[in-house]
Amino acid sequence: MTAGALQNTTAGSVPRTTSERIARSVSSSPVHIVLGIIGLIWILPSVGLLITSFRPSSDMRASGWWTVFTDPNFTLANYQRVFEGEGMGSAFLNSIFITVPSTLIPLVVAALAAFALAWVRFPFRDTIFLIIIGLMLVPVQIGFIPLVQGLRPTGLLTNFGAIWLTHAAYALPFGIFLLRNFFITLPKDLIEAARIDGASNLGIFRTIVVPLSVPAIASLGIFQFLWTWNDLLMSLVYVQSNAAQPMPVKITQLLGTYASEWSLLAAASFLVMVVPLIVFFSLQRYFVQGLLAGSVK
Amino acid sequence: MAVATRAGGPVTPSERRPGEGFNWTALAFMAPAALLLLIFLVFPAIYTLVLSFNRGRGGQITEWVGFTNFINLFTNDPNFLRLGFPPAGALWNNVLWLVFYTFLSVSLGLLIAVMATRVRYEAIVKAIVFLPMAIAATAIGVIWSFVYFPNANTGLLNAILGIGGVGPAAFLGSTDTVNWAIIAVGVWGSVGFCTVILSAALKGISTEVLEAARVDGASERAIFFRIIIPMISLPISVVSVTLIVNVIKLFDLPYVMTRGGPGASSRTIAFSMYQEAFPSGRFGYGAAIAIVMLLLLIPVLIYNVRRFRSDRVTA
Repeated sequence: MTAGALQNTTAGSVPRTTSERIARSVSSSPVHIVLGIIGLIWILPSVGLLITSFRPSSDMRASGWWTVFTDPNFTLANYQRVFEGEGMGSAFLNSIFITVPSTLIPLVVAALAAFALAWVRFPFRDTIFLIIIGLMLVPVQIGFIPLVQGLRPTGLLTNFGAIWLTHAAYALPFGIFLLRNFFITLPKDLIEAARIDGASNLGIFRTIVVPLSVPAIASLGIFQFLWTWNDLLMSLVYVQSNAAQPMPVKITQLLGTYASEWSLLAAASFLVMVVPLIVFFSLQRYFVQGLLAGSVK
Repeated sequence: MAVATRAGGPVTPSERRPGEGFNWTALAFMAPAALLLLIFLVFPAIYTLVLSFNRGRGGQITEWVGFTNFINLFTNDPNFLRLGFPPAGALWNNVLWLVFYTFLSVSLGLLIAVMATRVRYEAIVKAIVFLPMAIAATAIGVIWSFVYFPNANTGLLNAILGIGGVGPAAFLGSTDTVNWAIIAVGVWGSVGFCTVILSAALKGISTEVLEAARVDGASERAIFFRIIIPMISLPISVVSVTLIVNVIKLFDLPYVMTRGGPGASSRTIAFSMYQEAFPSGRFGYGAAIAIVMLLLLIPVLIYNVRRFRSDRVTA
């Protein structure tokens, strides 16, 4: 369903004659105009920032970014400065160090639990599943005070330990929910046959359930990746070492220091945007599925 | 993983029935998730609930204060709720968000979805409005702070207004406009999500129904309000509920664009929770705000559980 959502579908019937075509285009011109304006409102702010990130700081102060079309003047100095001088380079690496385990840990843990909830009989299984659905809505704020207090003595707040574990834990209810609902749609005969052949639960999980569930696991993985990559709040709370901060936190610090240095802020913002945009354009199908699947979170 | 490996052994769970002894395989598969959930969600939730009835100095259970934190929050904290005309405070701002952000995102999303079906470049329109979904809220905050910048030589919006002779305005610097300015950014970020979901729903409506209505002489307006809207009411409510949850959890945009200011005029509940607990160190008070957030989410929880249950019945 969602895969086709962004794919082209031609609307209505095709006009046959020239007059019909003209009549149709005249009657639909308000639609084109409105869609054009909407397109501009959705494109221009990002384009403006992108252009500003390549303009010299002095130009940025002197004239609007829209003047580059008549007076082009570009530089990579802003990127160089935020990357080396302002620590966005190490923040970029921190974002990767935070995001990869924060995506992989909940993926594995949720898949194991979802398999048990879907295909292993045990007491109170449905009750436990309902409780997990309930936990989906627990806001991260609920954990802030006790977890910061409790994790401080462990030292996990000054490395990546706390953010990995909290991202993983808060991703679990939704991850388990999504994967369990996918696993349960797998053919029952296949799994029963493997059981009769003497396969263990772990064997069934590894050789049947996971390989057949790649689309669901990929969607969940992309959603969780973007969620943690773009996260600001959890990092503000659970990453308390300045050297370990990911890019979104770094950008808010730059905002505090260089309130109207838009050239630098623009370059920093595009560094955080570039990875999700690559994912968007290369894995559009899984990306849309992942985001839509994540919409209940 | 290590635990699960050990459990793959001789137990044959398919022959077991619920209640017939303890199922160690299931326990091994559930254990990592259960541990993480208990340590990082369930116990902290209980502790936060207890702390909300306490002064909570240093985050410890120090001095019981009953409902004092909650009473102060609703009656004695103009940053959280100031009744009067016009009302103000974080809770009131969330009400504005709830009404305007939700309504505008859904209706604009539906409008774009309907219009896009009539043009050949439907996929491009949808991709463009969907793109903000990929952008970090932090970057969205920077993008729009730049658009709103109160200098017609730099800020796009003031440059456009300047053409019409309107002087530069500090949209984020005035208590009158700041919430509307950020709500507009929220709508900009969420319309694509609404468009994509509602567009998929629109494609599910059979063309025969629409053709039949047209043959019977129904106007396009009547078809839209009497047929299309009722037929996609479930996706509309699902999208709305998602946006309402976004509102209750909204933190990034006010934090990035205004730090809750000017003064405290653009705070939201989630912003206040962070602000009171961490920079201000009022742990009992912050815990009370977290509990308020949880309580606000309970109706959504009930709605979702009902929906999932009915899904299961039909499946």
